[in-house]
Amino acid sequence: MTKENAYFSEMHASDGEPRSPYIGYDAWFAKQNNERFAKKSQEAKAFFRRTGITFNVYGQQDAEERLIPFDLVPRIIAAREWTKLSKGIEQRIRGLNAFLHDIYNRQEILRAGVVPVELIAQNDAFLPQMMDFCPPGNIYTHIVGTDIVRTGENDFFVLEDNARTPSGVSYMLENRETMLQMFPELFSTIPVQPVSDYPKNLRRSLEASAPPGCKGRPCVAILTPGIHNSAYYEHSFLADQMGVELVEGHDLRVVDGHIAMRTTKGYKTIDVLYRRVDDEYLDPLTFNPSSMLGVPGIMDVYRAGNITIANAPGTGVADDKAVYSYIPEIIKFYTGEPAILKNVQTFRCSEPQSLQYVLDNLADLVVKEVHGSGGYGMLVGPAASKQELSDFADKLRARPGNYIAQPTLALSTVPIFTDSGLAPRHVDLRPFALVSPNGVNITSGGLTRVALTEGSLVVNSSQGGGTKDTWVLED
Amino acid sequence: MELSISHTTEYTYTAPVDYALQKLRLRPLSSVMQQVGQWEVEIDGGKIEASYRDHYGNHIDLVSIEPGASALTIRASGQVRTLNSTGVLGSVMGRAPLWHFLQPTALTMPGEAIKALPRVASDVSAQVADLHRLSDMILKTLPYMSGGTAVDTPAEDALKGETGVCQDHAQIFVATARLSGLPARYVSGYLRINEQVQQEATHAWAEVFLQGLGWVGFDVSNGVSPDEKYVRIAIGRDARDAAPVEGLRMGDADESLMVSLQVQQ
Repeated sequence: MTKENAYFSEMHASDGEPRSPYIGYDAWFAKQNNERFAKKSQEAKAFFRRTGITFNVYGQQDAEERLIPFDLVPRIIAAREWTKLSKGIEQRIRGLNAFLHDIYNRQEILRAGVVPVELIAQNDAFLPQMMDFCPPGNIYTHIVGTDIVRTGENDFFVLEDNARTPSGVSYMLENRETMLQMFPELFSTIPVQPVSDYPKNLRRSLEASAPPGCKGRPCVAILTPGIHNSAYYEHSFLADQMGVELVEGHDLRVVDGHIAMRTTKGYKTIDVLYRRVDDEYLDPLTFNPSSMLGVPGIMDVYRAGNITIANAPGTGVADDKAVYSYIPEIIKFYTGEPAILKNVQTFRCSEPQSLQYVLDNLADLVVKEVHGSGGYGMLVGPAASKQELSDFADKLRARPGNYIAQPTLALSTVPIFTDSGLAPRHVDLRPFALVSPNGVNITSGGLTRVALTEGSLVVNSSQGGGTKDTWVLED
Repeated sequence: MELSISHTTEYTYTAPVDYALQKLRLRPLSSVMQQVGQWEVEIDGGKIEASYRDHYGNHIDLVSIEPGASALTIRASGQVRTLNSTGVLGSVMGRAPLWHFLQPTALTMPGEAIKALPRVASDVSAQVADLHRLSDMILKTLPYMSGGTAVDTPAEDALKGETGVCQDHAQIFVATARLSGLPARYVSGYLRINEQVQQEATHAWAEVFLQGLGWVGFDVSNGVSPDEKYVRIAIGRDARDAAPVEGLRMGDADESLMVSLQVQQ
């Protein structure tokens, strides 16, 4: 078997024939010519520039704003594959919410010894101010973007839960919009489930999560740190799409026991705040006193039951990568069922045996910081130089509890369009789920991230990844 | 002992203030050590926006200033019947688990000075005596005098200085007890001292969780365990968690603060 064949190809089976979800697309693509396609690719880029989706990359001075490359070849998922995935995601989200409620209240799972106390006690994302409190509807993760990777026909793994602040949903929507503009004919022949309801569903889901005391139609707003934030475009895009106000901390104050925003007609109460400001900066009166981005008093109003904060403060505990390694046990503990979606095998470097294994096999592993995100501070063993490996081994020995390691996954491939035609590239998938007292709603689609460099397994946009439109076919 | 308490906090501003918030922990809670009778919190120049119990069980009132006010007066008053339980409060209050009170905070982060203080014995029967010795040593090292430290001085910095107040003593004490593996918390409250009615300020002391006894109080500044002259208002991991009044104000006006506290029998 050659190296390329070692990876599961989602579009073409090993005999070169298209896999069933791709049959319609493959037939259509065979009739296209490369020049027209290359031209379409340029058009798509111009379309994106006009609509303005850009992405700030931290740590790159000369590239404050950069376009995330978009590839025109869709990633296609069959209805039955999607059914299994969405069941698994829903189960996982229910487990995570039960877990968050438990660790901030009775802590049964710690008492039962299923999850070690240190994992919570030493977790920077654990917020004591959330203890002994139930948020409205008992929901902590209103918006979730579960990262999923595929390694075979029936092998899906959850890589990260992103229960705190999943971003990227604007790409899901814009990518589809672009595809509809570029290739309207495709959507009349292939039955692709729409994603365009997402903003409407997001608003409904947030409204349904309003505090019980709220009367009339709940008022929803999005709190942004401001235009310098890397995801500001997404904040303003979602506010616009939902038809709600985009606010900053200085627009808000405590009025009559509620958080209210300044309008031309005086102050208006906000019932549900979709905040894109991190916990630490959310309330200078409770957390970091020097924060200028937050809303003083919002935690007091929250604990008094007069506002819903989405996602709930302290939800980041569930995103800790050491906690991740216990998710199958967590799901079993609260739902009584085995996890439908598998976890990636994870070595906790805090455990001496695991640390030794990781040090011995560093060149084959991916090592991540337990609190890290977005591909920062991680080591990809197979891609690292000897010097990088040895430097990282020193870091591991100095602070083993700060790291987990995972095998390098054989991520599936979907072709991208290159100058010489289609070429396989590795992908992952981030579906978006909405949680309200009415249940879990998962948009049929998501954000497919693709590693544009040949052979690369790192799909993060901060590390040179691109995106694709994600199609879930009708049954 | 029946204590009658009247605690007035008055802010005056050099210019009218458009927006300010004060977070109050000014309602003592009933426990085995104290029964709270009639109790009121009255506000002049502002109003209570929200009231709730926090993660330690403390009763919180969030107060906003009346827009354009140039003074804000907060008066907490009422009756508390206290019992002398020789400082022993017993089992846990609130949901916060014991491990939470083993963790340092920004204000109680131990440095060289705190680490140099003696550790408490692991033998349960020696712990109370050890903690009293520790308390005496802290007071000797850092005699009580106001002005040497500020409300945001961390325990470690306070210990390196010349003098301190009850807040510094209690924070140093909890930081040191935690180093010995003992859950420890900060308590703010009232104290009827020296048989006099007029008190200078609210008081602060510490509580340590000991096997077999539960939470036991230590008032470092006075070298005793709290008795019936003490009224607990709020607890937390440090002074910020348990601050009776904590505020935030927009604008350039300067403020001056006047506190008047009467505790009488």
